[in-house]
Amino acid sequence: MNIVVCVKQVPDTWAERKLKDADGTLDRASVDGLINELDEYAIEEGLQIAEAQRAAGADAEVTILTMGPEKAAESIRKALSMGADKAVHLLDDGLAGSDALSTSYVLAQVLAQTGFDLIICGSESTDARMGVMAAMLAERLDVPQVSLASKVEIDGSAIRIRRVSEDGYFEVESTLPAVISVVEKINEPRYPSFKGIMAAKKKPVQTMTLADAGIDPAAVGLAGAATEVVDHTQRPPREAGTIVKDEGDGGVKVAEFLAARKFI
Amino acid sequence: MAEILVLAEHVDDDVKKVTLELITLARRFGEPSVVWTGPGAEQAQARCAEYGAARVYVASDAVFDDYVVAPAAALLAQLVAEKSAVLVLLAGTAQGKEVAGRLAVKIDSGVLTDAVDLQPGDDGPVAEQSIFGGATIVHSRVRRGTPIVAMRPNAVAPEPSPGAAELSQVSLASEATGARVTNRVVAERGERPDLTEASIVVSGGRGTGGAEGFQIIETLADSLNAAVGASRAVTDAGWYPHQFQVGQTGKTVSPQLYMAVGISGAIQHRAGMQTSKTIIAVNKDPEAPIFELADFGVVGDLFKVVPQLLEEIGKRK
Repeated sequence: MNIVVCVKQVPDTWAERKLKDADGTLDRASVDGLINELDEYAIEEGLQIAEAQRAAGADAEVTILTMGPEKAAESIRKALSMGADKAVHLLDDGLAGSDALSTSYVLAQVLAQTGFDLIICGSESTDARMGVMAAMLAERLDVPQVSLASKVEIDGSAIRIRRVSEDGYFEVESTLPAVISVVEKINEPRYPSFKGIMAAKKKPVQTMTLADAGIDPAAVGLAGAATEVVDHTQRPPREAGTIVKDEGDGGVKVAEFLAARKFI
Repeated sequence: MAEILVLAEHVDDDVKKVTLELITLARRFGEPSVVWTGPGAEQAQARCAEYGAARVYVASDAVFDDYVVAPAAALLAQLVAEKSAVLVLLAGTAQGKEVAGRLAVKIDSGVLTDAVDLQPGDDGPVAEQSIFGGATIVHSRVRRGTPIVAMRPNAVAPEPSPGAAELSQVSLASEATGARVTNRVVAERGERPDLTEASIVVSGGRGTGGAEGFQIIETLADSLNAAVGASRAVTDAGWYPHQFQVGQTGKTVSPQLYMAVGISGAIQHRAGMQTSKTIIAVNKDPEAPIFELADFGVVGDLFKVVPQLLEEIGKRK
């Protein structure tokens, strides 16, 4: 089974993140980048599915697919250390500033070339938080979208998941090839072992440019984006509120505040 | 007048509040047409009319219940073309955003998600988004195709304004394929409002000390007719179910009132609640960062403050 996990490198959510003044794109240089936390669940799920396939006597391979600047190689290295077999890194200055629509176009072009039985995405990235990539890839590749999974079962070419909904879950099934996305807590992502870290150094990472992937440079990057940032500002700090120490009347004080604001 | 498509979110004939918000918002840009998939449109017509829907396109085929996301996107693409719609509005729920994404690919149009406001501009609608955990405010626009915008629930207040809400049957031209729904399970939530839609959210954190201690959060929420939220520390520890997590990797809420009880307010939590209109915090640590956001805060033991608050609320009812 050919499993491809889409991974994005994002700025550390614990750091102060900013947009660049010049073009409103993400300032990736000023903060540490790491694997989008929610993609770690996708990697882990891919590894577990591959392990189950191998245990049943089938072939399975996990490929990491990343689009991003040179620094994104760090995230690829980590995914390989966790146990993925190989990686494809789309690296081209022309990709900078791509929006979700053109990113999905690029990834789909590459996926169509590499082939896949199962594509796995995290539910969203912690920077843009759009949560659209699995849906966009399914639409572009014309394969079933089996997304927002909190549980995945594969049986031959059938796939069954629990899709989380606003008020519970759906059981959804389809056949492979398919695109899935997984939600946080579907599994417990493993830490790379020392052996894994050493092994990752020898694993193949294929770097692809736009030309390698046969992608029209006009369709991607800032110029190809269907959306644009008009302006951006730092949110002014909230006005300082009233903080009181509980002197045995803290509950009454909260109630008075609630009543003054007509919440009770 | 230009037509604006609003994809309705509903449970049977019960229209979700976010849909009324979207109809209200659509009136800034043209004539709102609600797109209703599945059953319940006849019963919900009056409600759509009350908020100013000019039309309700009803697609009641079973396919909308049997398949997720793809049929709704296909129907919207069809209607955008047939009606020359100038804007598509969806709820910024996980499912709404997925439909928006597929639609964007289908009609090669720009998509903006999690907008907290949308205003007319010289070059089309301008969306306000609150990103990086609310630290940065961004205005963005779509520059190719028909703008598709997924609005965060509670972004605008629903305001009644009569409309005709004329029902018109439509059907999907293409056949549905893809992932089939075999079962739906609705979680026990009792009478509590939906977390992302609620006007009031009461969240509990590590300070509740455990699943048993967390019950006081539920009691307080119920006394205010509020939804219950939890910090990641709580859901990671298994004190409360994961789907109620508010924060960077959980739900983003922007209610009228957010009460953070026993929550220190780490950046990961603030990312999910920073745009709340009014924030109240109760925490025993005076240095807790949540107090920097709070309009009103009490430094004290939540197990003393909350029971007294419950008593006061009871007296005032």
